[in-house]
Amino acid sequence: MAPALVWLTALMVVPCALVLALAFFRRGIYGGIDYSFTLENFGLVFDPLYAGIFLNSARIAGTATLIAVVIGYAAAYAIAAAPRRWQPVFLFFAVLPFWSNYLIRTYAWIVLLNREGLITQLLRWFGYTGEPPSMLYTEGAVIAGLVYNYLPFVILACYAPLSRLNPELAEASRDLGASATTTFRRVILPLTVPGIAAGAVFVFVLSIGNFVTPALLGGGRFQMIGNLVYDQFLTANDWPFGAALAMALIAIMLLVLMAQALAANRASGHTVQSGGDTDG
Amino acid sequence: MSEPRTLLAIDKVSKNFGWVRAVDGVSLDIRENEFFALLGPSGCGKTTLLRMLAGFETPNDGRILLDGRDIARIPPNKRPVNLMFQSYALFPHMSVRANVSYGLEMERLPASEIRSRVDAILATTELVAFADRKPEQLSGGQKQRVALARALVKRPRLLLLDEPLGALDKKLRGAMQLELKRLQHEVGITFVIVTHDQEESLVMADRMAVLKDGRLLQCDTPHAIYEHPADRFVADFIGVMNFVPGKAGADGVVAANGARISGKVPATLTTGASAVASVRPERIRLFPSVETTNRTAGTVEALAYQGLDLQLHVRTPLSPKPFLVRVTADAADRRPVSSGDQVELGWDAADVRIFAE
Repeated sequence: MAPALVWLTALMVVPCALVLALAFFRRGIYGGIDYSFTLENFGLVFDPLYAGIFLNSARIAGTATLIAVVIGYAAAYAIAAAPRRWQPVFLFFAVLPFWSNYLIRTYAWIVLLNREGLITQLLRWFGYTGEPPSMLYTEGAVIAGLVYNYLPFVILACYAPLSRLNPELAEASRDLGASATTTFRRVILPLTVPGIAAGAVFVFVLSIGNFVTPALLGGGRFQMIGNLVYDQFLTANDWPFGAALAMALIAIMLLVLMAQALAANRASGHTVQSGGDTDG
Repeated sequence: MSEPRTLLAIDKVSKNFGWVRAVDGVSLDIRENEFFALLGPSGCGKTTLLRMLAGFETPNDGRILLDGRDIARIPPNKRPVNLMFQSYALFPHMSVRANVSYGLEMERLPASEIRSRVDAILATTELVAFADRKPEQLSGGQKQRVALARALVKRPRLLLLDEPLGALDKKLRGAMQLELKRLQHEVGITFVIVTHDQEESLVMADRMAVLKDGRLLQCDTPHAIYEHPADRFVADFIGVMNFVPGKAGADGVVAANGARISGKVPATLTTGASAVASVRPERIRLFPSVETTNRTAGTVEALAYQGLDLQLHVRTPLSPKPFLVRVTADAADRRPVSSGDQVELGWDAADVRIFAE
């Protein structure tokens, strides 16, 4: 316990406290920090310009989460339904992208979505002759990149409860007169909501703070909070405001995590019907 | 009494899993309001047969007629048949009441009717006090009753029970056997139970079928099967049996040591073929009268006191295995025996069953 606490303090609490402290100072006239107390930075976070970026980030992260959950749940369902001995193989392939670097995986999407990229070439091969579709540097590209990168989390999170589900429960539901859809809606889905919630929170939290994917696939045209924080620290040289933005981001993430923990608690306290819906 | 009506006719049904023939040309009739048992060792195909009746497996061959209609290809949610699962398969996220109501909600019955029918079945199964509990808050016996209530509330034409007492401890099992029989009588629904426990089916079933390697060996009342087993396997599987191996003669079996066991030889057995003579432990008398047809001397090897009666292991020259003899406590008191004693055993020719080896 004690070594873990030291570790946590040194690597998490102290840096966070430093950033938090930074947020209460003023920006120096020529950059740098003017060590006088202010709450201005937090006021600025709620400025419509920046609040809009927060909302936009939440919307993009929410859309990515929704898509990742639908695809990830379906994939996990298919894996859990496969013969037992094949399941580890399929899971291995599902998490295989994790073995490569996040940046490289994101660059791969540039190759794919480029004006004369693989998708355009594929279309040409099928006889398409018009203008190449503009796919890169769109919001869609950012969402695709986020979904792709965080999908394995959802698959793993959903696979766990799905594989543990007694197959006789679905059979019992069918036996009692329920169709396959009703069985899914009333038995399988409610019993696997904790997995969905855990996967969704992963994707949402990692997406809303992401800056690599919007920078590379959004081409700088689609600002998310992560880019904004990055810009404040490295371009605008306004560390105190960057720190305030980072704190606001952390606050949002904590709220989402707490909501999920509460929902999970309620679920294990026997009311599984309502799940932790964490879409932004 | 009128001839009981056939409810379910299983007609030359077969089922293959890959190369394995799990059920092989089984035909049997189950009658209206009957308590029927499918009995056999594990892997005999009884569960596969049950799953075909429930609709979870489709036979490769043959027909399953319920009230004269072939249901072999009708999905499980469209059959008037319900299955009580071995694991009970109660929905863990629903209360007892919600579990029991589920099947009626699927029939889209009015809420008031669902309520009254659920209340009635909860009363019958003595679950009223537990209606708001979750399955995880119930004991094994209570879970079993919920599973039963959930299936019975649908008023199926046929209720299938897969090893319904397998998860209960021995004492509770005995009580539940009688409880199930009482319930079946009360609700007037045909029960088909799958079990590997021959004692259980002897106690509960009106009629039973013995299966082995996917084939039907015998289908009859427990009494008829116990007294007149169709073959050596059934004789051995149902109850306890003493076997004397030897060769078939004209009116009995000649044991390896030359002794002759008199009994009725089945017509299919030719003289000189390998055969076994068999006799139930309770048909053997200790110190028989001189006119008893079959007699042998032996040495008592062990005694097992079982309350009501005494079980003796007696080593005889007739067979490599010791004979099991059941003596009432009363008889044992009159003429006490102990381990190592020389005794004489005797049984009538009418109690001998002879089978091909």
